[in-house]
Amino acid sequence: MVEPKETKARDGTKYDHGRSFHRPNPRDSLDAAFGRGQAIRCIHALPVCLAALAAAAVAEPINVAIAYLELQVERPPVLTNLDPIPDDLGRMGAVLGLADNATTGGFMGHDYSLTETVVPAEGDWSEAARAVLAESRILVVNAPAKAILTLADLPEAQGALIFNASAEDETLREADCRANLLHTMPSYAMRADALMQFLVSRRWTDLVMITGQRDPDRAFAQALRDAATKFGARIRAEKEWDMSSDMRRNIGQEFPLFTQDFPSHHVMLAADETNDFAPYLEFHAWEPRPVAGSAGARPDAWSDRVEAYGAAQLQLRFKRLADRPMGAVDYAAWAAVRSVGEAVTRTGTADPADLRDYILGDEFELAAFKGAAITYRGWNGQMRQPIPIATRTALVAMAPMPGFLHQVSTLDTMGRDRPETECTAFD
Amino acid sequence: MLARTVSAIALTALMTAPAVAQEVWVSNERDNTISIIDVPSLEVIETIQVGARPRGLMFSHDYKVAYLCASDDSTIQVIDTATREILHNLPSGENPETFALHPDNRHIYISNEDDNITSVLDVVDRRIVAQIPVGVEPEGKAINHAGTIAITTSETTNMAHWIDTTTHEIFHNSLVGSRPRHAEFTSDDKRLVVSAEIGGGLHVFDTETFEELAEIRFEIPDVHAHDIQPVGFRLTDDMTRAYVALGPANRVAVVDMQNYEVLEYHLVGRRVWHMAMSDDETKLFTTNGVSGDVTVIDLVRGEPVKTIKVGRFPWGAAYRPAGS
Repeated sequence: MVEPKETKARDGTKYDHGRSFHRPNPRDSLDAAFGRGQAIRCIHALPVCLAALAAAAVAEPINVAIAYLELQVERPPVLTNLDPIPDDLGRMGAVLGLADNATTGGFMGHDYSLTETVVPAEGDWSEAARAVLAESRILVVNAPAKAILTLADLPEAQGALIFNASAEDETLREADCRANLLHTMPSYAMRADALMQFLVSRRWTDLVMITGQRDPDRAFAQALRDAATKFGARIRAEKEWDMSSDMRRNIGQEFPLFTQDFPSHHVMLAADETNDFAPYLEFHAWEPRPVAGSAGARPDAWSDRVEAYGAAQLQLRFKRLADRPMGAVDYAAWAAVRSVGEAVTRTGTADPADLRDYILGDEFELAAFKGAAITYRGWNGQMRQPIPIATRTALVAMAPMPGFLHQVSTLDTMGRDRPETECTAFD
Repeated sequence: MLARTVSAIALTALMTAPAVAQEVWVSNERDNTISIIDVPSLEVIETIQVGARPRGLMFSHDYKVAYLCASDDSTIQVIDTATREILHNLPSGENPETFALHPDNRHIYISNEDDNITSVLDVVDRRIVAQIPVGVEPEGKAINHAGTIAITTSETTNMAHWIDTTTHEIFHNSLVGSRPRHAEFTSDDKRLVVSAEIGGGLHVFDTETFEELAEIRFEIPDVHAHDIQPVGFRLTDDMTRAYVALGPANRVAVVDMQNYEVLEYHLVGRRVWHMAMSDDETKLFTTNGVSGDVTVIDLVRGEPVKTIKVGRFPWGAAYRPAGS
């Protein structure tokens, strides 16, 4: 059963976990859009502002109901407690996307709403998903791959439009792809390809890799191996870190020895997706080499270090809303809600099938603060996107790197391309 | 002997030259400075310290002062054109990015990019007289020559908002391509032109019917379509040409505005952003954000003639004619 649990967000809004929280339009969305607590910074009285917005409406009023659905996961313990994963990771991205949509919708006569449902790890996912699908046919999902697949395969989910904003697993886009499922989160392969392009463009092609023991670590490690093969780099040796010692205290003793027998290399790759040991690698290996992958120079859907292409405005809007930097899952959820908004604006419909066709078609493009228009791959529903590679302090590069060419889109140099796809659900 | 003759000529030239030569002022977003380029010599003759994150830059219609958006200081700075002194700061609303000056030389329409607001500033009374809610991330600003219509483009909402300058209300919205950056009216006010950075096109609207007359697209051999990102542009007074900065394509396009055909592309510095045109329309000065320089294009010869190093991330540019 879904256990209703109540938490309070930083902005004072109460959220019922396991229950729907409805964010009515347009007043609340405007609050979000204009900065909470300041409502509308209009010298006129509020009703005048709203009247101005309403008067500008040009199209038939339509209602677009989007649902944000999250399955909480038990997070494995990690060495440091300094970087807790925010409880509202992902959800705040959807909320910001809704505020952006609502502002545009105010001029178009399009009314957007967002319900937010967070299911506890021990809750009944299928039941919660059915309840959400009964209310909304457009879903943004933050859950592990298995749960997303369960959701997409529900009879109630057929004909719905579901966005995967969290799972990076390749199979979800390939053998297990579903026609009702699009992906705004890049796959492990896309992230690994982005990093490998950067390393190859710097001619740092001799690599070694340290991998953690959890499934995401192994999945990312495999993606890095594939990327090395694809772009002509060489992983000369690999080791698995067994987490048996406390890296906070012993790294200076443990790690030089652990890495002493590595062959000479340019860069050390770390596949440690929970950030358990990777943050401690730099400056402790036998050879003084930079770290990349899960720590060091890290490829991701988003980094709070991205600043160009108008990103500074998005970062600021997010920080005002959530009181923290924007993460990759936030970005993916934001991009999903914005994709819906863009498609509604251009087509004037809220029908999920029509929106899906438009989003997967040639006309669709979304300005998404990474320097190139966002589009979707018609063969598996994956969102095409540049991938920032960043350290904790600065942006390193924005992939694809110059010189990695493609006959259709240079963004398709990252991840599985059309000729290689195993997905048949989109034919 | 020869040297003496040359210097004597130079001295004569100096004495007979008009009190003020032509200049181009360039705002450097990451240096908090304005670079002043002397047009006859095409050299930077002065660098002024200004407020934080200077972007939008323009002169008053009588060229007595320059107005500058000091975005991160949330103010419009007023700079004496002759003495280069900052005279005072004007209220602007939060984070002003760009603006346009009404033909009355008194009201400035400002984009407050983080607040989804267009503010109207009275420079005489030094106060904001109206704030108009617009779409997300307002950017491009234009006012028609009759002074009746103000345009705001919203980068995330992807619209040009048509604002009545009398009532300060939006009376129409035109959807355009993604991330509209800049807007201009033709000199007869009959057409409105809007650039869409991510959309990659230049949209032309009829100002009577709001109908879209054309979308001008750009194609450059060996440059990927997603690198062609139109940002700033200038229209000639006779309405026959548009010069369009294409961002990371590192080119300025020359467009025939009669039949909306692209005539040629000029190679300039990296990530070309905005531009200023000389009053005789013979020279174009482009701000190249990433390479930190200004490319001078000779429009008569039809080629770039010089690159001038300025500050970091040059953003806006404004032309000051001779004798002003």
